[in-house]
Amino acid sequence: MKKSFVIAFAAAGAVLLGATYSQAGSHSNTVSPEMAMIKDGTFEKSLTGGAGDAEKGKKTFANRKLGNCLACHANKDLASQPFHGEVGPSLDGVAGRYEEKQLRAIMINSKSVLGEATIMPSFYRLENGIRTMKKFKGKTILNAEQVEDVIAYLKTLK
Amino acid sequence: MGINKRLTRLTLATIGAFALSSTIALADADDNELVIEGAKMTTMVEGAKDGPLDEVYSGWRFRSEETQALETDDFDNPAFSAVDRGKELWTTVTGSKGKSCSSCHDKAEDTMKGVRASMPKWDKDLGKPITLEQQINECRTDRLGAEKIKFDHADMLAMTSYIGLQSRGMPVNIDTSGPMTEWAEKGKKIYYTRVGQLDMSCANCHEDNYGKRIRADHLSQGQINGFPTYRLKWNGLGSVHRRFKGCMKNIRAKPFKVGSDEFVALELYVASRGQGLSVETPAVRN
Ligand code: HEC
Ligand code: HEC
Repeated sequence: MKKSFVIAFAAAGAVLLGATYSQAGSHSNTVSPEMAMIKDGTFEKSLTGGAGDAEKGKKTFANRKLGNCLACHANKDLASQPFHGEVGPSLDGVAGRYEEKQLRAIMINSKSVLGEATIMPSFYRLENGIRTMKKFKGKTILNAEQVEDVIAYLKTLK
Repeated sequence: MGINKRLTRLTLATIGAFALSSTIALADADDNELVIEGAKMTTMVEGAKDGPLDEVYSGWRFRSEETQALETDDFDNPAFSAVDRGKELWTTVTGSKGKSCSSCHDKAEDTMKGVRASMPKWDKDLGKPITLEQQINECRTDRLGAEKIKFDHADMLAMTSYIGLQSRGMPVNIDTSGPMTEWAEKGKKIYYTRVGQLDMSCANCHEDNYGKRIRADHLSQGQINGFPTYRLKWNGLGSVHRRFKGCMKNIRAKPFKVGSDEFVALELYVASRGQGLSVETPAVRN
């Protein structure tokens, strides 16, 4: 009983994304969020012009202040991390269900693929909810590099 | 009855697993019964026919057994030191007029019964609904000659938990008729508006996904029948508006101000979604 209390305390407050935020520098061939328009549920071109780093993507995926994907999605590959959410489907085998260009579209603008009503945030879009906190205004949740890293990681989930 | 309905739904879901989409949410509230100091609380009611929820659940039903247990016994409930303080303040003279609450309202056990259950209430003079905290402040400034205090000031929480306790076990009974309708509608609009960088509305979590885990947290319907609530994470009591603020910040939205018209409207609307649940003030949550 004691133990579960301690865990509950440690996890409380980190429900969604925490407060700090980092944006890595952008490169000249980076596709800006304004230009990242989804067509037919896909986005072909890499946002950075290059391939992402799956190892880094795994960290961004799990990080509560970055992707925090585990808040909503279970993922066996990250079984070492406590508390996988149930709001979205498990991402086990997601690489078999979607092509890279579809995963990219979901990451950029979840609504364009999963439907307007989805709870899933859009990670590379500027038109989000009203009253966005000042320090997050005009910023995407993840930058282009982080999005590509997460996509590279998702592609390993076979 | 509710359990039957749930069982039916479960069976249906199993039979029709292929046909039914995964978006059908089975309310994963537990079946525990809340008895506080021998009095049985209503923690589930059928939702109104034209309402947004088939079943209306108290947040208590989504907490762990350890947290649940703390609310069943006033000796274990960590909010009760504040309640004791509220009882003391009730008869303590404050302000320039030499009065205490009891000068006008006599025994809280009699005069405050049912008050929490129907707040926010219409205030004729102000021409708008007011919350319990605002009513207390009105009495402080106009009748005691004392200054206003903040919603989450220790003395305010002592008063709201003590006054709220006098309604414990009574059904939430919010009036949304007449001039209140417009305010409830305003609150409803806020409830369903996506806010913040994470782009979510209250409904995304508390209507569409209650019963599910979001990371380590078990999502409830975000009902307010237990406020002010002792929250283990806060290590203390907090007002409804403090909770609203926390949820908005979590989605990276700029919260409305405590006591603002927006939060009063939202409180009114959220309270009305919990019609019929027992007042549990002061509840315990994690
Ligand atoms: C607040 C909840 C939430 C967060 C956070 C979230 N998702 Fe989702 N995601 C969902 C939901 C819900 C769905 C299913 C579609 C629906 O019902 O709207 C989904 C669907 C998906 C899908 C399609 C899966 C399938 O099998 O159809 C992928 C891929 C995905 N999410 C990836 C991610 C990644 C990667 C992150 C983090 C960078 C993330 N999600 C963060 C809620 C979330
Ligand atoms: C990202 C998900 C999310 C969103 C969006 C959200 N909340 Fe919450 N809320 C939570 C979580 C998690 C908790 C703690 C567990 C619980 O009681 O549901 C909580 C708790 C609450 C509680 C306390 C319930 C109790 O029993 O004590 C209230 C009230 C509440 N939320 C209201 C709101 C309102 C109003 C909004 C919109 C302004 C909102 N929430 C938006 C996640 C959310």
